[in-house]
Amino acid sequence: MTMANSEQVGYIDRISGPVVQASNMLGSKLYDVARVGEEKLVGEIIKLTEDLATIQVYESTDGLTPGEPVYLTNAPLSVELGPGLIRQIFDGIQRPLPVIREISGDFIERGIEIPGLDHKKLWDFAPSVKVGDKVLGGDILGEIPETPTVDFKLLVPPKINGKIEFIAQRGDYNIDDTAATLVTPSGDKVDLQFYHKWPVRQPRPYHSRLPSNIPLITGQRIFDTFAPIAKGGTGAIPGGFGTGKTVSQHQLAKWSDAKIVVYVGCGERGNEMTDVLQEFPRLVDPYTGGPLMDRTILIANTSNMPVAAREASVYTGITLAEFFRDMGYDVAMMADSTSRWAEAMREISGRLEEMPGEESFPAYLASRIAQYYERAGRVLTIGTKQREASITVVGAVSPPGGDFSEPVTQNTLRIVKVFWALSKELASRRHFPAIDYLLSYTLYWSALEDYYSQNVNPEFPELRTQSLALLQKDKELQDIVALVGPDALPPSEKIILETARMLKEDFLQQNAFHESDSFCSLEKQYLMLKTILRFYEKAKDLHRRGTNVADIFESDLVIRIARMKYIEKSEVETSLNELMKEIDGLTPQNFEVEDK
Amino acid sequence: MTIKERYEAREFQTVTEVSGPLMFVNLRGMGEVSYGEMAEITTTSGERRRGQVLDVSKDLAIIQCFEGTSGLETKDTICRFLGETMKIGVSKEMLGRVFNGRGESIDGGGDIIPDKILDVAGTPINPSARQYPKEFIETGISTIDTLLTLVRGQKLPLFSGSGLPHNMLAAQIARQAKVLGTEEEFAVIFSAMGITADEARFFRDDFEATGALDKVVLFLNLADDPAIERLLTPRLALTVAEYLAYEHNYHVLVILTDMTAYAESLREVAAARSEVPSRRGYPGYMYSDFSTIYERAGRIHDKKGSITQIPILTLPNYDITHPVPDLTGYITEGQVYVDVALNRKGLYPPINPLPSLSRLMKDTIGQGSTRSDHKFVSDQLYALYATGRDLRDLVAVVGDESLSETDKKILEFADLFEQRFINQDYHEDRTIFESLDIGWEMLSIFDDPHRVLKRIPSEIIDKFHMDKRDDKTDFNSVDI
Ligand SMILES: Nc1ncnc2c1ncn2[C@@H]1O[C@H](COP(=O)(O)OP(=O)(O)OP(=O)(O)O)[C@@H](O)[C@H]1O
Ligand SMILES: [Mg+2]
Repeated sequence: MTMANSEQVGYIDRISGPVVQASNMLGSKLYDVARVGEEKLVGEIIKLTEDLATIQVYESTDGLTPGEPVYLTNAPLSVELGPGLIRQIFDGIQRPLPVIREISGDFIERGIEIPGLDHKKLWDFAPSVKVGDKVLGGDILGEIPETPTVDFKLLVPPKINGKIEFIAQRGDYNIDDTAATLVTPSGDKVDLQFYHKWPVRQPRPYHSRLPSNIPLITGQRIFDTFAPIAKGGTGAIPGGFGTGKTVSQHQLAKWSDAKIVVYVGCGERGNEMTDVLQEFPRLVDPYTGGPLMDRTILIANTSNMPVAAREASVYTGITLAEFFRDMGYDVAMMADSTSRWAEAMREISGRLEEMPGEESFPAYLASRIAQYYERAGRVLTIGTKQREASITVVGAVSPPGGDFSEPVTQNTLRIVKVFWALSKELASRRHFPAIDYLLSYTLYWSALEDYYSQNVNPEFPELRTQSLALLQKDKELQDIVALVGPDALPPSEKIILETARMLKEDFLQQNAFHESDSFCSLEKQYLMLKTILRFYEKAKDLHRRGTNVADIFESDLVIRIARMKYIEKSEVETSLNELMKEIDGLTPQNFEVEDK
Repeated sequence: MTIKERYEAREFQTVTEVSGPLMFVNLRGMGEVSYGEMAEITTTSGERRRGQVLDVSKDLAIIQCFEGTSGLETKDTICRFLGETMKIGVSKEMLGRVFNGRGESIDGGGDIIPDKILDVAGTPINPSARQYPKEFIETGISTIDTLLTLVRGQKLPLFSGSGLPHNMLAAQIARQAKVLGTEEEFAVIFSAMGITADEARFFRDDFEATGALDKVVLFLNLADDPAIERLLTPRLALTVAEYLAYEHNYHVLVILTDMTAYAESLREVAAARSEVPSRRGYPGYMYSDFSTIYERAGRIHDKKGSITQIPILTLPNYDITHPVPDLTGYITEGQVYVDVALNRKGLYPPINPLPSLSRLMKDTIGQGSTRSDHKFVSDQLYALYATGRDLRDLVAVVGDESLSETDKKILEFADLFEQRFINQDYHEDRTIFESLDIGWEMLSIFDDPHRVLKRIPSEIIDKFHMDKRDDKTDFNSVDI
């Protein structure tokens, strides 16, 4: 982030953890950035009373002393939006971590002032407008091939319009160069550079909202088949520690069919960001064939980094997401974990001695969560040619003790439309992803059903309903089994138990770390589900014709069903159709022969 | 200001209040006292103690007193601000030495001559400087090596409870830990927070008996030492660990015990400040505070050394949802669950693999590091043991008549698993190959391995199953 020339106004009065109070601050505005102390630490004014300002400081306040100066910048906390965001890893206030490392070494020192974007790097720009054209905020002035798979579109920033008086010709430019000059309707001249700034707490405008009727395909069977999220939708993954929030979020970041992925590590582990940094450049994007890193932006404000910057990190993330949405892209944003963000709010609020709400979270927790998820959506962008674009937001939630009744989970569930509930019980059985398939839900299904019928298969919705019913029935039967043992059940119910076991083990369980299982296309999901249900029908039929249920499920075909998930993409169709044919061909005689 | 004035402005005899671990000093508008600054407190009897500024304005400094506030009063107590944050002098000479919880030598060996003076609070490792931990540490304990692999640079806590042998387990890990095929410098840093003198002596004796004492640095804050000092102890230990790891290429194992006592001190300070508590009276920032300890584990690009942490937690009531284990689990890379029920059965080490996890295991194990069957054996043992325990519960309710032959075998397996695999001697140091092979011996009780051992691919069964091994292959090799 860059700062305007800052002038001294105030003095530090008091320091308490990340919160500093300063006096003589008349003239400052709420949410403006202030630079605190001799070292000019970055902070943000979060409360003003007469000439007293309360500032949350984004860096460690150790060693600050009352009486040290406070400087004003007269600008809110903003990010730089231009080419060079993709593949980068930033801290919570958009400082590129690799650049910090060049300056301060392996450990993050404080007081480092560096811009979010590289201002020296040259970009190959090709204009798409000409002198005399009239343009509105959101219109595309030209393109830069930012990565092999993402074209950066240079936009007229929101709220500006006019006639092009100058446009840069095809060539190499750094972001400070003038890209265009507009003459506004009132006759003013405005120079546009290759980047602009935007305050993170202010949502970027769009033209209008569109219905959420296209799924975000994630390649994860439990999500896509049972609880899909729409492009532009909102979802939450709550779960106790070690249940699989981070692995799920990483899976979404890897395999979602979004054009851009913004991944915010908010108050979580350093090694998890390292994992992404080392893995993503090597992984191949199934949609473009390029490295996954070429569409990814990382924001890492790990648990041990300053707590106020953690609070800012989700806003930084969503603002970058909005910027790419405005270019017309489908963006997916993951935040791991929104609980840490809420806790950062709680900590700051406690220092302000505000009246605490439930579990000492601030009373405005619910509205902050709502405002944040409100920035998701599928929209028509601003500009002369409105583009369809979306931001899908998925937040991990880390409830204390894994108890979903706590305020962050509850307030989140009130807002989001998809609930992927992680279960300690399933995780401890190593049933991964440990998503509770009965507790989880999506409110998008009715809007997405048509998409599945038309683009996957007309039978798909029916197969899904049937599977869910079997899983539900299985749950009821399991309760009985726990009391009286499986032998007490009639054969027809044993068939249900065995089929549900197949659904759980052979369909729902998906190994994130297995090369051919990590991503599963919708087509494959459909065929796998169909195969299992085909076997179910066959089992009922065989049983009616006298075959012993235990024998049916000892069939070699059952082992082949268990291996379906590992079938390579290219062979899925032939081998599953072959498998179904063999299932259809089973007769009671097959089992008699085996007996001999 | 002259030097004299400046000096005077840093020394105050204006304590206005002493409350719990806190002391409030009136700075009369003239103190230039910094947040986090250290203070030296002189009692009426002339005793000197140390404290740190927790909150400061022109008029008032709130100080947390590490060595307790008993004997402090508002008339004659003197508080002098030292002009710097908490620091510790470090050097390689610290190896083999014993310090108290605030870093003073207590072994009669005198002060060390510091090579460097470092801030104990530490600064966060830049995530882009981290190297993902991938190196297998062989602890010689089957359950850990096979199912919960410890990795260099990992933070892997022991979730335990009172009366359980977590100290023995930690000492055994410290004694036996090695990386296959390497002879690198290692050190153990032991940070005691509120444990008993007996427990501390146990560790010391154990290190001494194995001749490792000169590779160990001990920081001891014992149960009868000042409670607030515990907030300092792990930070001193980790500062020394960072120095040894990143400046002298040591592979450092840091044992932090007991984090529950540490958390209680944190709670005490929060309560004295009348902060609004979060769950069970612990402060809302406990997660962030813990992270500034646990996240100091790791590896850094282009640095040879590493810091591996084994924090020990005694779970109040063995309750895993208690805030201390809960917030720890949210930060550490897994947990090793020391189980009271297995302990009651007389098993040592009573590690229950089911609620345990090592998150860094998946990228660490396998051919070239351990053995190609490792992952599958691990998954299979885990799955069968889980099923075995479920079956035990079922049998307890409905009897074993309804069990299939395979189920009966699985029950037998679960018993074997506890007796043969989990159970081992305190001095027994099993290689990973031995551990995996004990696994295979148990898996070989099933008549139809290809059907029962669903987690193991056929080709692995054909190669490693005890009945199928050929005698040309060396099974004690990471290359197969
Ligand atoms: N889909 C999956 N496939 C295979 N293993 C998984 C999967 N999901 C989770 N796991 C296993 O569970 C472990 C814990 O998962 P993860 O780190 O995502 O938990 P978490 O919910 O983010 O925990 P925390 O709140 O502590 O960060 C992983 O290290 C991995 O071993
Ligand atoms: Mg996680």
